[in-house]
Amino acid sequence: MIEVQHITKHYGRVTAVDDVSFRVERGEILGFLGPNGAGKTTTMRILTGYMPASEGRAVVAGYDVFTHPIEAKRRTGYLPETPPLYPDMTAREYLDFVAKIKAVPASERKQRVDTVMERTRIADVANRHCSKLSKGYRQRVGLAQALIHNPDVLILDEPTAGLDPKQIIETRDLIRSLAGDHTIVLSTHILPEVAQTCQRVVIINKGRVVAVDTPDNLTARLKGAATLYIQVDAPGADAGAALAAVRGVTRVSSADQPRTPGGPDAMPPVSSGPLAFEVESEPDVDVRRDLARVVVTRGWGLLELRPVRMSLEDVFLQVTTEEVPEEAARA
Amino acid sequence: MRNVVGIAEKELRSYFASPIAYIIVGFFALLFGVFFYVYLMAFVRQSEQMMQFGGGGGVNVNQMMIRGLFQNTAVIILFVMPIITMRTYSEEKRSGTIELLLTSPVTDLEIILGKFIGALGLYAAMLAVTMLYMLVLFKVGNPEWRPIIAGYVGLLLMGGCFLSTGLFISSLTKNQIVAGFLTFATFLLLWIINWFSESSGPTARDLLNYLSITEHFDDFARGIIDTKHVVYYLSFITFGLFLTAKSVDSERWRG
Repeated sequence: MIEVQHITKHYGRVTAVDDVSFRVERGEILGFLGPNGAGKTTTMRILTGYMPASEGRAVVAGYDVFTHPIEAKRRTGYLPETPPLYPDMTAREYLDFVAKIKAVPASERKQRVDTVMERTRIADVANRHCSKLSKGYRQRVGLAQALIHNPDVLILDEPTAGLDPKQIIETRDLIRSLAGDHTIVLSTHILPEVAQTCQRVVIINKGRVVAVDTPDNLTARLKGAATLYIQVDAPGADAGAALAAVRGVTRVSSADQPRTPGGPDAMPPVSSGPLAFEVESEPDVDVRRDLARVVVTRGWGLLELRPVRMSLEDVFLQVTTEEVPEEAARA
Repeated sequence: MRNVVGIAEKELRSYFASPIAYIIVGFFALLFGVFFYVYLMAFVRQSEQMMQFGGGGGVNVNQMMIRGLFQNTAVIILFVMPIITMRTYSEEKRSGTIELLLTSPVTDLEIILGKFIGALGLYAAMLAVTMLYMLVLFKVGNPEWRPIIAGYVGLLLMGGCFLSTGLFISSLTKNQIVAGFLTFATFLLLWIINWFSESSGPTARDLLNYLSITEHFDDFARGIIDTKHVVYYLSFITFGLFLTAKSVDSERWRG
């Protein structure tokens, strides 16, 4: 449905987007993830035909956005970062105007306006001026505007920015319900949002695509070394050293655990309470049995042993940070 | 075409939804009324004098009064137009609604024409109100209507030039005040450019006179529709809209 091929965008001497390529299939929700200034908005603006790319091409719903802008725009709904509302129009007047310039036939216009207002739950503010609407309603009117001509492709730039938690959940549900009929690209810098809403994720950093995959695969694939969380009750013993001696273990570090307020910041090597460690091992070796055996044969108590799944957040930091990834993931 | 109408409607609506339109139309009518009164009084005095010297038939309302009135109206327009055009593009850029227009299936030309026609609509409303004063003349005297129509056509064309220039300047900046001031300065320059013609050589004089926007209005004020001036105004309008199109397009490339 959307095909982006080697898009590059220069602003003067600054390169905002550098050789970005990806595809979005029909009915899919694609998350566009990246820190602020990564080039998300620029890429979306190129997709919507707001600005041309310096190099490369983008095809939306079968039409090149540069050579056939009108055809492509007719099939694209776009919600910019700030909803493009006219303060002196009521929500209904506004949607009616948008329907007009989005080539909705006059006979269907009223009905389309009613449909999208119901869908985005803004019918109760239909006759209020856009300048008087709260942030949540503005965002929804913006979304209604993007939906008005029933486009094949929806491009949403940070659709949940500035909403309260309840509105965020509602907006996500709405977006999910739109998938299938519409192909959706949404950008965000909120990680759980991507995991919850999107089927596929494009992570972009400094204008370059650093990863494209499903959220699950990303967390699994980029995990690299397997990490285990282990908590032992070993009074008066250097448990860390013992664990590090197990074959296949590459690294042992003391893990965060609930401490008494004002307690020592660093974990003492010997203590009376239970100790927690994060144990990393070589990817293909399952060290759980050996770890358990070491603990048990020494007469210590094994309180907890579980794999640590890397969150999308860790993945994100790992792929967008150029320092040693292991350190960054922990930052 | 449907898009042009849609955008023009939206522009007109936004003028009339805010106090701007009412203030502009109101003050324009007020100023026009002041000039109307002054010229009418002068005209009455003059015809009384003519009467005393015998033969009162020689005074012509159109020549003595309406011509001067139209010429002064052109000056008021100079002050009012920047207020109409300064927000057209600047405001859309500042509030981000330009993103809606530029990502909708409409061409740049349709947007520009829509905005131009919208502004022209407000201007036409201003002129329509002044026609009430003219009705008074018809009530108490018997002026010729054809020269008056010519005068209005001239005002409309000259206003169109101001509007297309203002639209272009507004498309250059996000800041309404900057747009308004630059527009005013440009109009003023186009108005007084022929003042320098007195002191310049023959070629430069013709050129400066030709460029002056108000110079071309004199014939209209006298009641003459000369194609020479119509062509000048229409090409001026087209040039202004062309510059706007180029400015919008270049903005798109620069990002």
